Amino acid sequence: MALLEASDVHGGYGGMNILNGVNIAIEADQIGVIVGPNGAGKSTMLKAIFGLLEVNQGEIRLRGEPITNLAPNKLVHKGMGFVPQEKNIFPSLSLQENLEMGTYIRPNNFRRMLEQIYDFFPPLVEKRHQPAGELSGGQRQMVAMGRALMAEPSVLLLDEPTAGLSPMYMNEIFERVKTINAAGVGILMVEQHAKQALAIAHKGFVLAAGQNRFTDTGEALLNDPDVAKSFLGG
Amino acid sequence: MNELVFFLNNVVVSGAVAGSIYAMGAIGVTLVFSIMRFAHFAHADMMTLGALLVLALTTLFPEAGLAIGLPTAIVMLPVAMVITAIAAVGIDRVFYRPLRAHKVKPIVIVIGSLGVTLMLQGLIRLFAGTSAQSLYIAERKAIFRLEMPFELASRPVIITEPQVILFVLTLVAVVGLHLFLSRSRLGKAMRAMSDNPDLARASGINTDTIVAVTWIIAGGLAAVAGTLLSLDVAFKPDLSFFLLLPIFAAAIVGGVGHPYGAIAGGFVIGFAETLAVFNWSVLLRPLRDSFPTWLELPNNLALVGTEYKIVVPFFILVAILVWRPTGIFKGKVI
Ligand SMILES: Nc1ncnc2c1ncn2[C@@H]1O[C@H](COP(=O)(O)OP(=O)(O)OP(=O)(O)O)[C@@H](O)[C@H]1O
Ligand SMILES: [Mg+2]
Repeated sequence: MALLEASDVHGGYGGMNILNGVNIAIEADQIGVIVGPNGAGKSTMLKAIFGLLEVNQGEIRLRGEPITNLAPNKLVHKGMGFVPQEKNIFPSLSLQENLEMGTYIRPNNFRRMLEQIYDFFPPLVEKRHQPAGELSGGQRQMVAMGRALMAEPSVLLLDEPTAGLSPMYMNEIFERVKTINAAGVGILMVEQHAKQALAIAHKGFVLAAGQNRFTDTGEALLNDPDVAKSFLGG
Repeated sequence: MNELVFFLNNVVVSGAVAGSIYAMGAIGVTLVFSIMRFAHFAHADMMTLGALLVLALTTLFPEAGLAIGLPTAIVMLPVAMVITAIAAVGIDRVFYRPLRAHKVKPIVIVIGSLGVTLMLQGLIRLFAGTSAQSLYIAERKAIFRLEMPFELASRPVIITEPQVILFVLTLVAVVGLHLFLSRSRLGKAMRAMSDNPDLARASGINTDTIVAVTWIIAGGLAAVAGTLLSLDVAFKPDLSFFLLLPIFAAAIVGGVGHPYGAIAGGFVIGFAETLAVFNWSVLLRPLRDSFPTWLELPNNLALVGTEYKIVVPFFILVAILVWRPTGIFKGKVI
């Protein structure tokens, strides 16, 4: 049974549908990567999975259980975590308070998880009392991922975790994603750096105009000349 | 020296009284704005409602305070706070939540709250009539006269019992609010939701709970402020008319959405009012002999007459909106 499966998802922000039948499926130990041009509906798809916008056709299942249009706070209880593309921190809360919100539903885990997250992202330790809004882009991205990881999710949705980061930081983040996945967390990630992301992906989904254009393993997509020509810049 | 005592009584004490009341009202306005993003015009009526509940309870049990040596109204205050808090949550459920569920623009909810204002005012007049009533029914207001330690001061500084209680409760509310927002899990979740409601939900925070807690705090503080104001002067059914502008001015001066700003803003407005209506010639009178002969000291040197006190918060509000729309503490621009 797939860990996360979305079949024929249609939905939008109230006006015209942005998603016109998207299919996504990843297994428990996999990294799935969604790529595609700007405005393809990649972020919209993650939001649809996470209950942040209305799905008006199709179904989403988590370990076989239907979760279509379930409220985000309910999904967190079911083990799903989400790091949005933008506005993914609480700017006026301190860094550590941001992480604390990650264990909001299980406050007893706070201390234990905090230690793990600081081990995982050592640069965060010395900034822990600073308002998160004053951190650098890379640090914010770590806080955003850290917040989601604090809840010990079994599936993590990441929307462009490397956006705006230097290549060094980008590789660092991809390494972290692999480590998280190796620890048993299923990952569905939207990425602008398509080649590098597909290289670590078990599954890849190329979206365009709210539909799957190509769906295959990461490796197969990387080697597919059609995909390369139209979506990976030659 | 009596002039100084006059200043202490009319500016320092009165300003602190007004400031405390405005601060507690403005905290509610600012919290509601930061969580639900709308200006809640019915807030001053919740303050009147709280005071009305105390009046009703005090009329029913006029002797309840005698046993503990506190005004009966103060003994009844916790009950009124709870009822006002429940009423605030109820009003939200019935009137504002359906509007939010339809994702209407904030201005629609603001207009809705104007409707609630009219409704509450009607209900309050229905039960309380239109005249002023004292909250002291079976007892008399205790007055403390603090003799000044200087030779020349023959008059005392006067503080009444409800004023002392007001200062104590304001301090408790401010410290309590600070600890709640900075230490408790729920308080941090409230700040998180004010920062980023979607991310708060994505963290598993139940935003309905936060909304309810916001109304409980706002309603409870509104009851305290309304009651203490009524104890200080008298209960008037049109209390909210004199409160609405100052508490909104306080919230905006402090930076909308910023609880500490609301507290500071409340005192800024309170002291500005008392300083503006203070008759400055009283302070200048002792120096009269040293004035040149052509300069005659007028009898009244107040900036505005007491009956026009309400223009002070209005003026400050306009000035802030023109020169520093984000307020002292850089709130959200509205
Ligand atoms: N909150 C919103 N309300 C209405 N329309 C939106 C909203 N967010 C996005 N859209 C529209 O939905 C479409 C898809 O946007 P989406 O953010 O999903 O694209 P994306 O694939 O993530 O692009 P990018 O690579 O730029 O992040 C766009 O046409 C966009 O204008
Ligand atoms: Mg996007």
